[in-house]
Amino acid sequence: MGLWLLRRIGQILPTLLILSFLIFGLQQLMPGDPALILAGEERGDPQVLAQIRAELFLDRPLWEQYLRWISRVVVGDFGFSWRIREPVGALILEKLPVTFQLAGMAFLIAVLIGVPAGIVSAVKRDRPVDWATNGVALFGISTPNFWLGIMMILLFSVELGWLPPSGYVPLTEDPLQSLATTIMPAFVLGSGIAGVLMRHTRAAMLTALAQDYVRTARAKGLAERVVVAKHALRNALIPVVTLGTIEFGRLLAGAVLTEQIFTIPGFGKLIVDAVFNRDYPVVQGVVLATALIFVLLSLVADLLYMAINPRLRTA
Amino acid sequence: MSSRPVLEVLNLSVEFPTDRGPLRAVDGVSFSVEAGKTLAVVGESGCGKSVTALAIMGLLPPGARLGGAVRLLGEELVGQPGAAWQGRRGRDLAMVFQEPMTSLNPAFTAGEQVAEALRLHEGLSPRAAMDRAVEMLALVRIPDAARRARQYPHQLSGGMRQRVMIAMALACRPRLLIADEPTTALDVTVQAQILALLDELKRDTGTAVVLITHDLGVVADHADQVVVMYAGRIAEAAPAAELFERPEHPYTVGLIGAVPSIEGGATRLASIEGTVPDLRDPPPGCRFAPRCPFAGTDCETPPPLGEVHAGHLSACWRAPLGEGSPLPEPYPPGRDPARTGASQAA
Ligand SMILES: Nc1ncnc2c1ncn2[C@@H]1O[C@H](COP(=O)(O)OP(=O)(O)O)[C@@H](O)[C@H]1O
Ligand code: SF4
Ligand SMILES: [Mg+2]
Repeated sequence: MGLWLLRRIGQILPTLLILSFLIFGLQQLMPGDPALILAGEERGDPQVLAQIRAELFLDRPLWEQYLRWISRVVVGDFGFSWRIREPVGALILEKLPVTFQLAGMAFLIAVLIGVPAGIVSAVKRDRPVDWATNGVALFGISTPNFWLGIMMILLFSVELGWLPPSGYVPLTEDPLQSLATTIMPAFVLGSGIAGVLMRHTRAAMLTALAQDYVRTARAKGLAERVVVAKHALRNALIPVVTLGTIEFGRLLAGAVLTEQIFTIPGFGKLIVDAVFNRDYPVVQGVVLATALIFVLLSLVADLLYMAINPRLRTA
Repeated sequence: MSSRPVLEVLNLSVEFPTDRGPLRAVDGVSFSVEAGKTLAVVGESGCGKSVTALAIMGLLPPGARLGGAVRLLGEELVGQPGAAWQGRRGRDLAMVFQEPMTSLNPAFTAGEQVAEALRLHEGLSPRAAMDRAVEMLALVRIPDAARRARQYPHQLSGGMRQRVMIAMALACRPRLLIADEPTTALDVTVQAQILALLDELKRDTGTAVVLITHDLGVVADHADQVVVMYAGRIAEAAPAAELFERPEHPYTVGLIGAVPSIEGGATRLASIEGTVPDLRDPPPGCRFAPRCPFAGTDCETPPPLGEVHAGHLSACWRAPLGEGSPLPEPYPPGRDPARTGASQAA
């Protein structure tokens, strides 16, 4: 198991290296010359353009640009934003917690709704509760986030005036206000995942409830509540946990759009702005950081899977 | 020997609604078992043995319709709220299932699963329950029980898992143990060990045992009483020795003929022609008639289960089959019921 973990971690570095290649290469396909955009008003002056290119090494061959970038990255230096003139590392560290708060809350909402709903609908299979739950889940999955977001803003902010329509207050500044600014986007983001989790929990529970060991549990005289919540759920959670981790990754991606709707200054806004501004160091940094998060998440998924699956733990 | 039976089943019936009409899997079955005795329920696959067992346990799937009476130590269970039955399960009423590979929960250790019943019914602390669980595992001859108790089902062999199931079922010293083909999935040596173990535990604890099997060889060695089921009904019921000596139902005769017999070094498995009827649409008269070599027009009326000899019941118009059996040589040579086990021509 220790060896497995080491090997697994050993895979992370090459994965990230290949990704860094891809990021760098694909970025060259983006239309528009960064020097032109950075020059702004003076974009007509060839001398200014040449100077910008020289400063940013844009006049050097691609492989040299890449090496300059990656050699710094490996020691933790992501360079400076061309646009905002701030270290990319600092920008990432500033925006990441915002997105993590949003995604974390969304995930919590998704789990709190999706898993119990899945259990109930499996236990009450083919009965009205099951149909209703499935209907709501389908609604959650198929509703576009932007539409749901706008509807919620219209209802809770414009119509009722309960919640701020946009903006963000950090948790450390004013926790209550922070929750008020993030609850709507978190719900929007979490609703789709809740639907997905519900369906998977339902399917996994139906499978588990049909197993012989559930009959054994009943034969022991356990209350049905215990049979469901202990014997069936424990097994049903094994696939659900793995899926949940993958969905958390998807959530981070979904946050990009949701942050735009609710103008939350998180990771999503950072990368969208950077792409529009051709702020390459920021784009590269953010994408690489995201990739790292994904890789770590899949590691966490594997570890969790192992933790709850005795077959793997004791193999 | 006239003590009150541990279990009395009276006129039990179970009906499942299916897409193609109701299926009556058990139809008017009655029997009883006394403390320390083994009642074997035999019959081919699909005769309603498992459904009978699940009905006694109160574990029929939702939608199944249950009729008749199930009395445990004189207390009627049918018609009581589910909680009453649940309170009896694991404590007075225990069951070992046919499938040792899948009947244990893969997410919990063997020890945890045995201890769970003890904590529930005897109110033991987790520590005490685990200690008792290890004792139980040792009792069912699991070597190195303390270590095995910490292992998960996938780390145990089939025979070992079935021992864990038996330990679990017997942990709270139930008054009745139902063992539904407990050894079918296991190889022959393990099979013999498990059955011997059940006998020994039954002797030591006075538990009444309902042993379900399709293997008459098992019945001969381990049962006191036998009920032969065919297509949801009782075909014949008798003390075990009597049943083999003097079977009074053509189906039993066929089953005995179907016991593997060794002749000249080769093992031959004879069997009854035909298959168990579709229970959604059973034959109108005697259910065995389509396969019965003795069948006549009178068999279009269902034969009642009547006493042929003292304590020996048969549901056949021809019973007692006896010496002067009306039809000579009903079975092909080698399967003559009157000479079962005798030297036979191939
Ligand atoms: N849940 C169910 N729904 C419908 N039919 C069932 C169900 N369980 C068992 N049966 C039917 O009842 C009959 C008896 O089955 P069973 O008791 O399992 O036979 P066996 O004697 O092999 O244990 C079979 O015809 C089977 O198809
Ligand atoms: S009643 Fe008739 S058909 Fe049925 S077993 Fe007896 S002889 Fe055969
Ligand atoms: Mg069966």
